[in-house]
Amino acid sequence: MAGAAPIFDEMNLADGAVRPAYETLARWLKTIPTDLLATRSREAEALFRRIGITFAVYGDAASTERLIPFDVIPRVLTNDEWVRLSKGLTQRTRAINAFLGDVYSKREILRAGLVPEDLVYRNPAFRPEMNQQPVPHGIYVMIAGIDIVRVDADTFYVLEDNARTPSGVSYMLENREVMIRLFPELFSQHRVAPVENYTDDLLATMKSVAPRSASSDPTCVLLTPGLFNSAYYEHTFLADKLGVELVEGRDLFVKADVVYMRTTEGPKRVDVIYRRLDDDFLDPLVFRPDSALGVPGIMSAYHAGNVTLANAVGTGVADDKAVYSYMPEIVKFYLGEEPILKNVPTWRCREADELKYVLDNLPELVVKEVHGSGGYGMLIGPKATAAEIELFRHKLAKDPSNFIAQPTLALSTCPTLVEEGVAPRHVDLRPFVLTGRDKVRIVPGGLTRVALKEGSLVVNSSQGGGTKDTWVLDS
Amino acid sequence: MRIRIAHETTYSYAVPARSVIQTLRLTPRNYDGQHVSNWRIDVDQDCRLDAHEDAFGNITHTFSCTGPVQTLTVRVDGLVETSDTAGVVRGAIERFPPGLYLRGTDLTTADGDIRAYAEARHHPADRLSTLHALLDDLARDITFDKDPTHSATTAAEAFALKRGVCQDFAHIFIAAARHLNIPARYVGGYFLHDDGTVDQEAGHAWAEAHVEGLGWVGFDPANGLCPTEQHIRIACGLDYLNAAPIRGSRHGGEGEFLTVKVMVDQASRQVQVQ
Repeated sequence: MAGAAPIFDEMNLADGAVRPAYETLARWLKTIPTDLLATRSREAEALFRRIGITFAVYGDAASTERLIPFDVIPRVLTNDEWVRLSKGLTQRTRAINAFLGDVYSKREILRAGLVPEDLVYRNPAFRPEMNQQPVPHGIYVMIAGIDIVRVDADTFYVLEDNARTPSGVSYMLENREVMIRLFPELFSQHRVAPVENYTDDLLATMKSVAPRSASSDPTCVLLTPGLFNSAYYEHTFLADKLGVELVEGRDLFVKADVVYMRTTEGPKRVDVIYRRLDDDFLDPLVFRPDSALGVPGIMSAYHAGNVTLANAVGTGVADDKAVYSYMPEIVKFYLGEEPILKNVPTWRCREADELKYVLDNLPELVVKEVHGSGGYGMLIGPKATAAEIELFRHKLAKDPSNFIAQPTLALSTCPTLVEEGVAPRHVDLRPFVLTGRDKVRIVPGGLTRVALKEGSLVVNSSQGGGTKDTWVLDS
Repeated sequence: MRIRIAHETTYSYAVPARSVIQTLRLTPRNYDGQHVSNWRIDVDQDCRLDAHEDAFGNITHTFSCTGPVQTLTVRVDGLVETSDTAGVVRGAIERFPPGLYLRGTDLTTADGDIRAYAEARHHPADRLSTLHALLDDLARDITFDKDPTHSATTAAEAFALKRGVCQDFAHIFIAAARHLNIPARYVGGYFLHDDGTVDQEAGHAWAEAHVEGLGWVGFDPANGLCPTEQHIRIACGLDYLNAAPIRGSRHGGEGEFLTVKVMVDQASRQVQVQ
């Protein structure tokens, strides 16, 4: 990679010294034989198989379900690093909620000319149906997954906001359980901040956003699209941990603008729905008329203020990659603060001069589709063949506003167990930010995803990425 | 002009439905070209109609009823006073700036053929002439035919057939206008025929497009004219799905059979005096 910045390893500094957060772990790694690590790794896999934690990959006919590789070497963050991250995450999520409240009501940011009108109105994730419709307590995104990458000791960037139905939190929780079982000695040598209270936090968040008409002990459910969804395992896992019913659309019905769940004791009123079903499928009376997964009439109950949907409908307009590029302005506009977490520098191909720069520098850039996800439909310039670059040149010329471009980031690496032994591999981090009526809750850490192939920057589980346990050390 | 509307929609089921839920967009609002004198909706089932205003400013009623439901009738009766505004829609509820109505939808996506058709009629400096060219030519080039299309037919599909009903004419017009960067929307309502025909098989649909200086202007490509005092405006949206008179869902109720009776007539002076 010509002219690329040196890669920052979170354990080993360039001069061979070990960063303080990793001192104990580095000593342990020196003493533990690699074949013992490999044995533990196989044990971890066996545990995950027994638990049944799998992930379906769309379009992969050969194996509809497989295990996401788990790396047994944890990733370590210091308390100081975490404090700064969590402040930045809280700020960003507040701004996202303010933005959504605005674009669905007064639209001041559009009037101010800070975000182009068409980027909102013509955005497929914008839901005109939500216009001027209040949501309970004015909160749109109760559950956010903010993807963070690190490039040096001090610099964290937000790579992507996930404000619709972010997944992966079950891996964060399972990874910790498995690590504690396999390496109890490591936990006695480190003061690792716990994550297992995530589901309590989630339940408290859900109850806090119940409609005002709900009882003091609101009924919450988790709505899943069903068995064929790639994250179905996570839905069953979370419903179980939360102690709430896992329901499909057909288990719910609407009468007189109230949502009920069918139970053996008769209909039971539902107040809060943690829905893992996309907007399009929620209500065949409002969105796709052919959806059999949703609940007919649920939007009418929602607009009447009788049920809370978490997340709200239409939140995708805030996590769109084109809107992402305006996030620093969005933070300043609503909060009057400087963003604590930086954006990755982003060129908007919808703007002619930026497009020209992108076309002139394709071999150095990462080009992403504005509405893409899961690492699909992107060009990684430095890794691409001449033919792939030409294909993107053509795509960009044809529909520039569908793309953004970013520099190829030197993502930080962490020690990872691979076939050849322990070696550095690139990582990212998805912390989960819970926004309730009372407060914002973030369990320390999040889900670390790791690109297992040497040199690879694609951490997505659908593209061969794995996960790690993420430790925040109590100071 | 005083116009009386009676619109009856009856669903009957070979196997009784266990439950039915529907959202109705069957209630007109006033604007400069129409005043609603009298309007009522009846559903012949034990249910409550919950009224809302949707995001586009349309009045909706949602109801649900628990079966067994053998037949279900939604009946609308009303009296509306209209006046001719040369198609210009003023005084209507507007919940969005015109820019929203450039948004594409599945039913109104312009394919290559619609794009070429639109571009051939584009007067870049004169939006009104562009829209009138589209109106006149679509009325000439598309044949009214209720057989080949259905409620989920897209603009592109209907345009390929060169046939369709008023909904298809409206979708094609909207797709073409948006392609030329002209905000356009779908309108559902009723139409009083000139020829004395009172009984109709369905309501009517047309389009509105935004023209600087005039605001929203109606275009009825199925009739090849701008709306007159014979048009009663009920609901608008990005496409049919936002403005559909009835959207429903049911459990059970296999073998659904639908009958629609629409009667649009000029109210007699005697009725007016009463």
